[in-house]
Formats: sequence, structure tokens, C-alpha cells
Amino acid sequence: MKIKINFSSILSQLLLLFFVILWITPTFGLFISSFRDKDQLAISGWWTSLVTTEVNEIHRTKGKKDQVEDEGFYIIKGNLFKKDEGKKVLSYGVTSKNINAYKVGEVAILKDKSEITVFENGNYQLKSKSEFKKKKGRRIFITATSPPSFTLDNYKEVLFKEGLGQAFLNTIAVALPATLIPLIICSFFSYSLTWMNFFGRDLLLATIIASLVVPLQMSLIPILTIYNDLGALFNVEAKSFPGVWMAHTGFGLASTTFLLWNFMKSLPNEMLEAAKVDGASHYDTFVRIVIPLSIPAFASIFILQFLWVWNDLLVGLVFLDKHPSEIILTAKLKELLGSRGENWEILTTGAFISMTVPLFIFFSLQRFFIRGLVAGSVKG
Amino acid sequence: MSFFSLISTILVGVLFFIIYFGLSNFILDFICRFKKNSIALENSVRAIIFIFPAFLVLFIFILYPVFETVRLSFYDKFGREFLGWNNYLWAINDPNFRRSILNNLGWLLIVPTLSTFFGLVIANLTDRIWWGTIAKSIIFMPMAISFVGAGVIWKFIYDYRGTDDHQIGLLNAIVVSLGMEPQAWLTISIWNNLFLMAIMIWIQTGLALVIFSAALRGIPNETLEAARIDGASEFRIFWSIIIPFLERTILVIWTIITILVLRVFDIIYAMTNGEWQTEVLANLMYDWMFRGGGDSGRGSVLACCIMIGVIPILFWNLYRHRQEQKYEN
Repeated sequence: MKIKINFSSILSQLLLLFFVILWITPTFGLFISSFRDKDQLAISGWWTSLVTTEVNEIHRTKGKKDQVEDEGFYIIKGNLFKKDEGKKVLSYGVTSKNINAYKVGEVAILKDKSEITVFENGNYQLKSKSEFKKKKGRRIFITATSPPSFTLDNYKEVLFKEGLGQAFLNTIAVALPATLIPLIICSFFSYSLTWMNFFGRDLLLATIIASLVVPLQMSLIPILTIYNDLGALFNVEAKSFPGVWMAHTGFGLASTTFLLWNFMKSLPNEMLEAAKVDGASHYDTFVRIVIPLSIPAFASIFILQFLWVWNDLLVGLVFLDKHPSEIILTAKLKELLGSRGENWEILTTGAFISMTVPLFIFFSLQRFFIRGLVAGSVKG
Repeated sequence: MSFFSLISTILVGVLFFIIYFGLSNFILDFICRFKKNSIALENSVRAIIFIFPAFLVLFIFILYPVFETVRLSFYDKFGREFLGWNNYLWAINDPNFRRSILNNLGWLLIVPTLSTFFGLVIANLTDRIWWGTIAKSIIFMPMAISFVGAGVIWKFIYDYRGTDDHQIGLLNAIVVSLGMEPQAWLTISIWNNLFLMAIMIWIQTGLALVIFSAALRGIPNETLEAARIDGASEFRIFWSIIIPFLERTILVIWTIITILVLRVFDIIYAMTNGEWQTEVLANLMYDWMFRGGGDSGRGSVLACCIMIGVIPILFWNLYRHRQEQKYEN
């Protein structure tokens, strides 16, 4: 059998592999980092956490409280590591100038004539003929191997202490209605654009096409003014969930209508004519025939709009308060970027939490997501 | 917010609209049962019921604001006193505004070009490789992530520590391992814009990729086979068959990404907030909307500048829509 090696195929596989690695690495780094210990995260790159590495650490022994007297010696025993992390001590030292002075198991003699031994598993023993007098223990510098270790501590901290759990709920309270409301009103709207004849239909359609590209910045100032005036008039909060829902409905209206209109006009005309002959009203036709047929289109549009609202920052910033009971995930994340800019354990975890829902939707419903995007672009 | 109030808030919002449509159509049916021979009237009332909410939203949130924003751009910060072109003159003389225009132009040139280019190349690669679907998913994934989330991801990559410390940012770790000095990437004027654009390209390449992949399937296999039999190289096929076939798709993707880039806000706001010469129009506008109690005049001028950028695309879309309608009739 002749084995044919196709160089161009190997080359294109390598090239694609390069792109894939380039694209996945940033997200992967964030994902790994969110599970790392926060002290480790601050001093070493995330790529080092995947393999066993050597780390230098400073620990302190117990103080005079814990000493016991045994056959004329005063002894302090303990373990340097707080919890069992699987670390192994390689060497240790008692001064910061020479942190690798002693091998593990060797006896180090300190200035006050006391002796110390550190073992591989982190156990240590301080031994002295005279009583230990210092309240604080001695500092010990160790070099240890650290196996990959991951923790959920960051998630606990971020969800409950930093208030991201609340922001998560707020985002759901914004995103679900802000997706369903446009879907409801636009499905009726597109039905009438497709199957009803009325004066100005073409003009309305052209307006929708034009609105597709109008940047939402054009709407921010006037709508904010309206909301503030309404709030003052009825003595209610100008920034509220219903306000955001309607703003998102407004900004998503053109694209939702356009996609649905595109889909509905491809439905078989005969079916609707038959319903009409049978005496069904437009409402019956819509509910009994058009809605069941449009489920795939609804799914695509639901996903597009939901992701857009979930990931939005600007609308949430402008039309919602920064108060914990209203702030959305993206705004909270931006706030953390400002206030906890160096606390990468909080930022990476927060970012990953904000991405969970989109990623879940992405991986489970990718087909509908892609279909929606393609329908919206190739035809539009 | 407790779980219960979360559910009830969502239900109230959604049910309101379902009840509107259900109830109004029910009442109409009820009335029509007594009044026979009024089908024309029934149909026009029903059209109004169907269209009214969407049209109201369209009017309040898009149509009215567009004209109001244009009007406000000629008024003072409270929208009371007419200033003529003064706000526009202010903008032209404002260094931040000029910097934003230049940066936006840079974004417009680089991001759509590179995203489309990468999308096209990767779509072609994935088309012929058995693990192409998985590769596509991975490259497409950033599309699902928020700009702020992407901002955090990349800020972590660009992270900078002093020369003596371990670099925890990937880029600086690579730079150091090559024996060079670590850099605070986001503070290097002009170049930092490229580092911000990289984020947008990273996200939008996925969009271009899936649309190109769908379009590639439309190329008739016979054409490609014929070219291969005639001994055309893959590069030649790409250049002489695939590119001309995808011309329209390329243009569409280009315009979509251009519109996205024109209003790019989240990335700049989250990463640098316009510092170190990275200001763009959308971020500057947000700034003026709230700075010192807000200046609706200057904010509106900046919004109008973004709008001017999309107007050519708007007319092009309308033109294409007209052509399509003619073709269908």
C-alpha cells in the first residue's frame, strides 16, 4: 500500500492548530487562574500551576506557648503547612540571606544554641536546653515542590462576599424579560408586516432596516431625560428594571423584527390562505399556525438577544443604579476592575462567573446561535 | 432580591404583554361575533392591535431620540439655550475629540480588515480538516463572552510586574523568557490601541468565521473539482474562485464589524477608560453624559459623530433592500 503524505494538508492542520491555541489560551488561563490559591496566583503565572513546581515560602514556627518539656529539653513541634497540600520540602534556611542553607532532615543550629530540624512533609522540631522566651515563633525559609492544587475558595469569596451572587440574580432579572418582551411584541409586528396589508407598510419596513444600524448612543440622552422626567412626575425611581427592559426592547426591536420578518415571509403562503378560507382570524392563524412553525426562528432570536442583553454594559450602566440590588454582572465586574485591580483571584473568578451562562448557552445551543447570526447577516 | 421576588418580577414583566395581546384580541373577537359583515373593520383594528406596541417602542426608543439628539447637539448642556454650531466648534478644538476621531479611524481600518481576513483564512482551513468543527467552536467561543469579560481576560494577559518580580501576565512572561524587558503594555501611547484592538479582533473573528463557513458551503463542488483537475494550486483556487464567490459576504461582514467598531465602548471603558491616548468617541460620549452633572449638548455632538459614520451603511442597506423587494415581486 502506498502511503501518501500530503504536505499541504499537514501544513494547514498545523496552521489551524496554531490559531486554535492562540484563541483558546486567554480563556483557558482565566479559567485555570480562577481555581488557584490567591497567594500562588499573585506570585506565579497560571501556566506554572499545571505541573509540579518549586516554590519559596516563608513560614513561622509556633511560639513559647506550645513548648513542652521532655527529658531536660524544651521542645516545640508542629507542621509548617496549614493544610495538606501535598507539598514537599526540599531545603530550608533560617535567615533570609541563605534560604537553602540546610537539606531536609539536617539539623540547623540557631544563634541561641537551640536546634531545629525540618522534615520533608513540613514537620519541624525545635529543641533547646533553655526555655523558649519569645511569644512569636522563628521564621523559616523553605524551598518546596508544589504539586498542582486547585480550590473553590475564590468562588465562595466572590459569590458571597463581593456580591457577585446578587449581581448574577439581577442580571437574570434584566435579561429574561428583556429577551422575552421584544420576542412577543416583535412576533406580532413581523406577522403584520408579512401577512397584513395596511397603509405605510413598506415605509415601516424601510424604517426597521434603517434602525438596524442606528447606534444606541443616539438614544441614550433623550431616553435618560424621559426616564428622569417620568420619575420626577410620578415620584418613582427613574432607574428601574422595567426601564431597562423597555430600553433593551427598543434597542433590540429592529433586529428582532427583521430576523422574524425574514423568516416569516419564507413560510408557505398556501397554508395561511387555507386558514383564511376556513374563516380563521389573523389572531388564530398567528397563534395556531405561525407560532408553531416559527419555533426554530424564536430559538435563534432568543439566544442572540439574550446573549446581547446578558453581555451588555452600556445600557445597564446608564439605566440602572449602581446599588447592589440593581447592579448587573458586567457593571459589577467593571467596578471590581477599578477597585480590586490587583486582586486577580477576584477578577478572574468574577469574569468566569459572568461567562458561565453565555458559555452554557453557547455549547448547548450553538446550532441555533450560528443559524441566527448567519440569517441576520447574509440576508441583511 | 430573593428568589421569589426575582421570579415574580420576571413574570409580571412578561405577562403584561401576553395579557395585552390575548385580551385585546379576545375583546375584538367578542365584539365581532355580534357585528357581522365587518371584516374590513375587524382586520384594520386587528392590524392596529398587532402593530401598536412595537411601533410605540420603535418611536419612543429610536425614532424620536434620533431627532432629539440632533436637536440637542445645537443646544447648551441643559438643552435650553440655542448655541448654533458652538458645540461642534468646541469638539473640533478639543484634543480628546481629535484623539478619539484618529483612534476610531484606526479601529475602523484595522479591526474589520483583520477579523475578516482571519475569519476567511480559518473558514477555509476548517472546511477541509476532520477536526474543523471543534476548531470552529473554539475560535467562535469569544463571541459568547461579554466585552468586559474579554477585557478581564486580556488585562490578565497584559499584566505587568516590576523587572525583579515573576511576571504573571502571559505576554510579559514570553517577552522576559526571550530576554527582553517587560512592558506595561496598556500605557504605551499609540501602540496600546493595537493591544485593545486585538481583543475586538479576537472576538469578531468568530463571527466572520461562521458566516464564511456557511457561505463556503454554497460554492458548487464541480467548480472546485474542475479547477483541481486543471491543475490549479490551492492558493490559486482561493484567490480566483473562492474570493470572487464570497465578495458579497465579505462586504456584509465588513459592514457588520464596522458598525460594531464604531460604537465600541465596553473594551475601552473597562481597560483604560480612555487614558494613555486610547480615547474613542463612544467612551468620550459616556464621559460627557455624566461629567459635571452631564452635558447633553456635547454628548449629543459625539453621538451624532458616531451616527455620521453609519449613514453610508444605512443607505447602502436600504438600497439593497429595495433591490431585493423588486427582485421578489
